Amino acid sequence: MRRYRRWLPGLVLLAPSMIAIAVFVYGLIGWNFKLAMSDQHDQVTAGKFVGLENFTALWDDERWGLAVRHAVLFTVVFVLGALVLGWFLALLMDKGIRGEGGFRAVYLFPMAVSFIATGIVWRWLMSPAPPERGVGLNQLFDSVGLGFLANEWWQNRSYGMAAMALPAIWQMSGYVMALYLAGFRGVPDELREAARVDGCTEWKVYRYVVFPHLRPVTLAALIILGHISLKIFDLVVAIATKQIIADVPAVYMWVMTFDAHDPAKGATIAAYMLLAVAVLVIPYLVWTVRSERRA
Amino acid sequence: MTAVSPPQARPVAPRAVPRPRRRRLPVVRMTLLLVFALVFLMPVYVLLVTSFKPLSEADPSRAWLLPEVWTAEGWRAAWTALAPGLWNSVQLAVPGSLISAVLGSLNGYVLAKWRFPGADAVFTLFLFGMFIPYQAVMIPLVQLMTAADLIGGIPGLVLAHVVYGLPITTLIFRNYYVTIPDEMVEAARVDGAGMFRTYRWVVLPLSGPAFAVVLIWQFTALWNDFLFAVFLTGPLSWPTTVALNNIAGAQVVPYSQQMAAALLASLPTLIVYVLLGRFFMRGLMAGALKG
Repeated sequence: MRRYRRWLPGLVLLAPSMIAIAVFVYGLIGWNFKLAMSDQHDQVTAGKFVGLENFTALWDDERWGLAVRHAVLFTVVFVLGALVLGWFLALLMDKGIRGEGGFRAVYLFPMAVSFIATGIVWRWLMSPAPPERGVGLNQLFDSVGLGFLANEWWQNRSYGMAAMALPAIWQMSGYVMALYLAGFRGVPDELREAARVDGCTEWKVYRYVVFPHLRPVTLAALIILGHISLKIFDLVVAIATKQIIADVPAVYMWVMTFDAHDPAKGATIAAYMLLAVAVLVIPYLVWTVRSERRA
Repeated sequence: MTAVSPPQARPVAPRAVPRPRRRRLPVVRMTLLLVFALVFLMPVYVLLVTSFKPLSEADPSRAWLLPEVWTAEGWRAAWTALAPGLWNSVQLAVPGSLISAVLGSLNGYVLAKWRFPGADAVFTLFLFGMFIPYQAVMIPLVQLMTAADLIGGIPGLVLAHVVYGLPITTLIFRNYYVTIPDEMVEAARVDGAGMFRTYRWVVLPLSGPAFAVVLIWQFTALWNDFLFAVFLTGPLSWPTTVALNNIAGAQVVPYSQQMAAALLASLPTLIVYVLLGRFFMRGLMAGALKG
């Protein structure tokens, strides 16, 4: 009885939240899968079970294929871009620099802004019209004699989504910088000093002592950027509304649910999004919780 | 941790690197950092400059120049269009972040100090809820909210944010409470204090920084959310982000008004960031699972 009293109150106190998570996260995910496996393609008829039919049929949909390709291109450019830029900024600041607090504030403030507001200003910056008629970067390039750089940005058929990743990089690379800076500063000074005494150049100190210490940071940053990227929605809506040329799974899901009124198809897209995130995140979560318990 | 001593001052400087280059290095770093800072601030310049331009200066060739005549007409129009959304966002973000913080604090306390068998598994299940694409629950959530008559209004949106905010708030508080020595909780226990009294008299007085982090984090998340808002609210209760997107989505709206509206919508979170950046930073770190 005494032993129960040690943990039972805690369980009782946590119970409401556990029930909420069980219902709203796992229950609704289950419901969503049930919907995705039904033929409820309008909002009137009750759907019946059709197995994985929607999941295979989706791949015959040209617009879905396009959305997936867009998401892949966006993810590659955004994740690599934010990772490299954030890492580089942290490297520049690692040894301390005058006005460090100010630089950090400047690189980080975009995080506090909504994707919608970001989208509005970047839509202006990435205005696809040629300099004579357009605003933004094309205009700026032209006025400083770099007119050949003017392009159609996100409206280009082949690389448009790479341009779409620019505002996302602007918004998130400060965060990556902060993660890496904490990582750099977490490397014990004695280790660096020892390497220097052993005759390492400053570059070799980084290469063989500091960078290997940053692997967990890189992994954490990859997971965070990756799951943001797979879910990207607001930014695309703010910049391109619902144009097919900038479709990503999240936007297509919205279109299917709201405009096409096809719950089963919307749920199928959502299920694929969940699977993509789960493949990325679950191994990481299990690994993190386990290694923390060991520590 | 701000070691500002320049590298060449170190006594055991390796000789392999030629000296002149080493002296130039801090200058190069500073220059690069300044260039990046300019690039990062460029959108702010655009927002400010454009928002104060009169319609007569809408000529593309003047796009990057300062206004010849500064006017607040864009701001006035933006305020008129955005005011209801801003008020809705206040009604959403203030109670939402307060409720989230209280629940997160209690949950984190249990998971750090009153652990029960299987608590790790429960924690992991909570954490996964932080990463899911909310699209995967959205269609059933809309049906559920409709059935509960919570669709279209702010209370339903607050409920959704509080529930889906449980993982991150619990995580931040748990990681914070883990650093409180077990002996303090144990001592209170030996003195006969139960779970709530220990929380009230030992844990809560130490919780200030964690509350700051969670309140800022949730306030920012709720203020900036678009996805839940667009699925769960109707025109009367649209928060700032949806109102803003509608303003910008209408192609006839002049740039000055769009930019002023974007700035107006971002001001509350930017002010919070400027005043309390330290706590904002800690929230970001907690998001990376490393408390």
